[in-house]
Amino acid sequence: MDYSVKVMDHFSNPRNMGSIENSDGIGEVGNAKCGDIMKIFLKVEEDRIVDVKFQTFGCGAAIASSSMATELIKGKTLKEAWELSNKAVAEALDGLPPIKMHCSMLAEEAIHEAINDYLRKKGLEPWTE
Amino acid sequence: MDNSATTPVRKEVVEEMLPYLTENFGNPSSIYDPGKISKHAIEKARKKVADAIGAEENEIYFTSGGTESDNWAVKGIAFANRHKGKHIITSSIEHHAILHACSWLEGQGFEVTYLPVDRYGMVSPEELENAIRDDTILITVMLANNEIGTIQPVEEIGKIAREKRIYFHTDAVQAIGHVPIDVKKMNLDLLSLSGHKFGGPKGCGALYIRKGTKIEALLHGGAQERKRRAGTENVPSIVGLGKAIELATGEIEETNKTLLEIRERLIDGLLKIPKTHLNGHPTQRLANNVNVTFEYIEGESLLLLLNAKGIFASTGSACNSTSLEPSHVLTACGVPHEIVHGSLRLSLGRMNTHEDVDRVLEVLPEIVQKLRNMSPLTPQEYRTF
Repeated sequence: MDYSVKVMDHFSNPRNMGSIENSDGIGEVGNAKCGDIMKIFLKVEEDRIVDVKFQTFGCGAAIASSSMATELIKGKTLKEAWELSNKAVAEALDGLPPIKMHCSMLAEEAIHEAINDYLRKKGLEPWTE
Repeated sequence: MDNSATTPVRKEVVEEMLPYLTENFGNPSSIYDPGKISKHAIEKARKKVADAIGAEENEIYFTSGGTESDNWAVKGIAFANRHKGKHIITSSIEHHAILHACSWLEGQGFEVTYLPVDRYGMVSPEELENAIRDDTILITVMLANNEIGTIQPVEEIGKIAREKRIYFHTDAVQAIGHVPIDVKKMNLDLLSLSGHKFGGPKGCGALYIRKGTKIEALLHGGAQERKRRAGTENVPSIVGLGKAIELATGEIEETNKTLLEIRERLIDGLLKIPKTHLNGHPTQRLANNVNVTFEYIEGESLLLLLNAKGIFASTGSACNSTSLEPSHVLTACGVPHEIVHGSLRLSLGRMNTHEDVDRVLEVLPEIVQKLRNMSPLTPQEYRTF
């Protein structure tokens, strides 16, 4: 697979890998059958993501997308994090092979899931768009 | 450690080929002397291929490789015998060159039975016999599988096919140089082989067609290969294929002895990693094939990390393919969807040593652990952080 230097860097040295005990929101998307699972843990203070960690089962692109996506939303407000698109993740990685674009999609979806999990736990309405 | 993908051309083979890439460039169809030199070289190579599999010289046809041989066998038999019937029997773990040719034939009005395999990837001769119909015209079952190395009971299948007077083809691409082959003893009507899998050049293979077999041509044109396969012969590669098959079959016992030792050490070492399973048959397998599944991790990541350590291998994970479908072979063997993506194939060759095994066994457990630590599927007891 032809990956960019940046993809290989984030794959080989993933940032924010692991889990958060007593996290405020967890998002898990994908399934083992299709070969990709992404799980994102959020620590939120005053609507801001103060810490984020991920666990990913998947290919190089899936791991690199998780690493990059967590970097991009760390320190951001929930609103800003919600607006992170899969395209932005792929661009930040200097591109993904076309067949691997769904991996960046998974990152966007996992972040949305985690934010909504947080909102639900707070008794708030989950966001839809 | 990916010798089932391809092998380097052997030095002796290159030497034998060189004159036909330089001074002896004559077209074998030309009647003048340089043409005759090329013609003669092809016939010498044909004899070597025939000797290697117990066939007659005029039963060997050179092709562009395994894929052409498989396509020719399946489509050529189907179209030449369609007045007799439209039914073909194959297995669900064949190479795509067979499976995709078969599914194309289904679109042309033929019917195909894809036999299931057991958990070791073995076809049952009884099930095969039961699948035979009055209109069955071809049985094609591979000799040894390219992913899991399982060696099929080809001799038994051949006996059944011969009794029922049905043409029997085997894809022996992975078997040459590892499994002794006698087309007569195995009751084979057709057999595919490919040069680059055993130290020959890429882009050159052969199809054995038993004398008297009714088969259509795939390529039409000139009168080459007894009017059955048109196109100017790839003389240097054919010469190389001849030399390579002579060497590979001559050394079969010696090679297998060494490879078996290496294979068993590798398998034993790999199975020490917890939640690791061997794919394929424990004994009825190619001496050069190791295929395992590591739970909780994905194969492409594994290959990338191995690559970074200078170890080159392959996987049946969907993420490594362009189709996003996991290995049809492992799936047919019943490997659960949840773990099929964590498969690793190490296929050994004559260049591999015990030091290579040491290196793999040193590096692989760490890599598996690194990925398991990263995976949300890994239970706490298999994590180190």
